[in-house]
Amino acid sequence: MMREKKKTNWLLTIILILGTVTVFFPLYMAVIIAFKQPSEMTNDVAGALSFPAKWSLDNFKQAMEVTDFWHSLGNSLLITLTTIVLAILIHSIAGYVIGRGMARRKSFRFIYLYIVSGMFVPFSILMMPLVKQTAQMGLGNRAGVILLYLVFYMPMNVLLYTGYLKNIPLALEEAADIDGASTWKTYWKIVFPMMMPMHATVAILTALGTWNDVMTPLVIMSGTGQNTLPLAQLSFQTQFGTNYNLAFASYILALIPILIFYIICQKQILNGVANGAVKG
Amino acid sequence: MKKKMTNQDKTFWAVIIPVLILFFTFNTLPMIKGVIYSFTNYRGYGFYDYVGFRNYIDLFTDARVGKSYLFTFKYALAGTILVNVLSLIMALGLNSRIRFKSALRGIYFVPNILGGLVIGYIFSFIFTYILPAFGNTFNIGFLQNSILASEKYAWIGVLIVGVWQAVAMNTIIYISGLQTVPQDIYEASMLDGASKWKEFWKVTLPLVMPFVTINLVLSTKNFLMVFDQIMSLTKGGPAQSTESISYIIYRNGMDGGQFGFQSANAVIFFLVIVAISVFQMTVMNKKEEQL
Repeated sequence: MMREKKKTNWLLTIILILGTVTVFFPLYMAVIIAFKQPSEMTNDVAGALSFPAKWSLDNFKQAMEVTDFWHSLGNSLLITLTTIVLAILIHSIAGYVIGRGMARRKSFRFIYLYIVSGMFVPFSILMMPLVKQTAQMGLGNRAGVILLYLVFYMPMNVLLYTGYLKNIPLALEEAADIDGASTWKTYWKIVFPMMMPMHATVAILTALGTWNDVMTPLVIMSGTGQNTLPLAQLSFQTQFGTNYNLAFASYILALIPILIFYIICQKQILNGVANGAVKG
Repeated sequence: MKKKMTNQDKTFWAVIIPVLILFFTFNTLPMIKGVIYSFTNYRGYGFYDYVGFRNYIDLFTDARVGKSYLFTFKYALAGTILVNVLSLIMALGLNSRIRFKSALRGIYFVPNILGGLVIGYIFSFIFTYILPAFGNTFNIGFLQNSILASEKYAWIGVLIVGVWQAVAMNTIIYISGLQTVPQDIYEASMLDGASKWKEFWKVTLPLVMPFVTINLVLSTKNFLMVFDQIMSLTKGGPAQSTESISYIIYRNGMDGGQFGFQSANAVIFFLVIVAISVFQMTVMNKKEEQL
């Protein structure tokens, strides 16, 4: 019986390996189309599934030019990275203040509920007034998008940070207090470094959300001529026309950065997502 | 000591007040504005008047809006059920004694990290060209034309893409749920001679119930707010059969001159989401307690 317990279930392993076709097939199609020439696009199954005649990077070069790839990539990186850094700094201290304040005061309990309930507000109801408002405030640009992300992700991140705070013993802060350290200093020197695992979770959840988001930059930055990587795919649909090979080269280019990030930090991402959902 | 406490309080308020101002300005304020606009005939530009509840009354008689609610609910219901069943099965598989466990888990999560818009474009091509090619070669009738061009079946295309991406996310959550189940419980049920089937319903499922709640609420909310996939797969067509609520608010509110009317739609949509989430959580909480 003990031996049976340790045996690998090979049948299930094989089924699960075969099942990865559902993940790989669309990506395989996208890659081979991106490398083909329009003349190679046929309507029969064998032709559609076959490798391109030659693996040339011409489509990718052309797609980079047409969609101004480096510029869009730069915008996406700028927006996502700034959002992550500010989210970790601002949301963590907000979570700390709310979490610790809640224990002693009703007002902070109320602030907690106020901010966390923002999770249920769909973007649709905010969208139209926000477009007007950001335009009036001169924020119909990348800075505005970052600011909005900081607000949109605040409920989830504050929830995560206040939840995590329960793992950090109050004794440390009290000791620092007796040593004469200010609350501000105690937070950044003692509590902030201790929340490192939660910073990773917050960074990953915020990054996945903002990197792939289309709607916010679409409505806020329209008319600035600036694109994020996903938004560029939407903006250049007419330029792609029926040249699917060019379009798919561009799609692949848009998917590569996040795939690289995923391959490097796969473990942290899976842990982060699981942590976030369970604690949230 | 008392003086110190006041200092701490000062720091706390100094931190939280700017945060609250930020949150109010870009979350609560636009929401209030949205509610106010919902009582006007604002077109997005020019002058406007207050029209009382007329937008709300019109919402209930507007065929296009009604159709979008029907589509969105149908989509969210089918999506939520499919995703939760599939991801629970996937999680059970990926959590059992298999080889290449972490590699397989890693691969099955890939759909979730890729953006909905680009994935939509890729699937759109598959639905429009590749599947009909299969259909023609192997003479499968319903595949011979693009399902996205069919008023009746286009929503299934959108559903497939939505499910493909959401299963990845919910599987990870179910896996972490299954890992909270202590191994000795399984050993006990094995000694009792319970079948695998019985073990799942009597032991595993009740223990992962909190994760079912998380996944139900999460996936329902995400499916109700579907936007990217509509944008890249169907643009609401054919014949407005796949217009989601988010999509119609965006399309007609931003460009269609229905700023006020769609604001009313957004308010109702918000109430619907809150009501459904609260309902799911209370029902599931009761379930969890009973077990």
